[in-house]
Amino acid sequence: MSGSDQSTLSQIINKFGPELLQEWLNSLLTYAMKREASAERELERQCEVFLRGLQAAAADGQSQDIESRQWEDVRQLLMEISQLRARHGFSPIDTANFVFSLKQPLFSKLRMHLADQPLVLAEETWTVSTLLDKLGLFTIECYQKSREQIILRQQQELLELSTPVVQLWKNVLALPLIGTLDSARTQVVMENLLQKIVETGASIAIIDITGVPTVDTLVAQHLLKTVAAARLMGADCIISGIRPQIAQTIVHLGVNLEDVVTKATLADAFVIALQRTGSTISYSTASH
Amino acid sequence: MERIPILRMGRLLLVTIQVDMHDKLAMTLQDDLTMRIVQDNAKGVLIDISALDIVDSFIGRMIGNTAAMARILDAQTVVVGMQPAVAITLVELGLRLDGVRTALNVERGMALFENVLLK
Repeated sequence: MSGSDQSTLSQIINKFGPELLQEWLNSLLTYAMKREASAERELERQCEVFLRGLQAAAADGQSQDIESRQWEDVRQLLMEISQLRARHGFSPIDTANFVFSLKQPLFSKLRMHLADQPLVLAEETWTVSTLLDKLGLFTIECYQKSREQIILRQQQELLELSTPVVQLWKNVLALPLIGTLDSARTQVVMENLLQKIVETGASIAIIDITGVPTVDTLVAQHLLKTVAAARLMGADCIISGIRPQIAQTIVHLGVNLEDVVTKATLADAFVIALQRTGSTISYSTASH
Repeated sequence: MERIPILRMGRLLLVTIQVDMHDKLAMTLQDDLTMRIVQDNAKGVLIDISALDIVDSFIGRMIGNTAAMARILDAQTVVVGMQPAVAITLVELGLRLDGVRTALNVERGMALFENVLLK
């Protein structure tokens, strides 16, 4: 391909490549507060690859549509960079600046290159600016997507982590609830509890809500559902760990917990459970 | 015609639902059961639904109604062996079967009769 066939952008990257890279890196590094040497080298590598990709993609100057095949390599690279930055906790501004900070060095080179043709210069500046805007927005989109994926994964992990059903005694299960109870979690909690009732043949389940920050009508409703489902399986439920503040809230909201045995602490609930299953715990006299 | 067997064990009647319940079968069961309670002078009814893995609101209400009918005829009802999925479905349907006693399996249900209900 001869020089005249290439787009101006491609020509400029060809001509001023190393210089452009250095200026770009400098402007990128002024944004970053402090960076280790290894990260700097990594950044330099990313910039270099990006410039090369940009030149290749813009070579024929035909396509401004970054969704097209021609731009696939550039898109892939930007996606990797945004994902990496999202994972390492960069801010959205930092991530977008990777592309936007290229504008200034690139425009100054454009001005040098096309100093004698003001009309072409204006035209080219507009074209390159639009292109870089598109690439910048694409970067932000990828960044956002990776962040959303991270949040989703954490949500799922939380869901699995926070619903253990433990066996306290023969025929006695405990379900320590931690965190807010929404419909999805209630479903998981309920399924876990009922499954464990079948496995262990437990006749009493203690639901401890010490770790539930607030109880509103919806949470209370979810609790009552769980209690009702356990009762259908032949197991009684005791709700324990009700904090004073929550007791007040429950009464103010007019939630009816009268059909359920409630206790202030897990220890009290355990004593009741032992009585119902016909077990007793006695202190050995020696320890007194 | 398909019928659900009702077995007599002393003062108890044992009903095991082994087939998919459809509405007509449920109505026949109610007829048969109320008749047998009176005939056999039964004091307790054990309904085992461990083989039932799908319920709808009709069947759920039927179980509740059967228990209420038995109570009027002076027989206590214990529903045993409910599957977790069935329990969740019934609760989601708003059917809490408040008047019905429950137990995990037939053995526990019998123990409940011996120790509590028929003392």
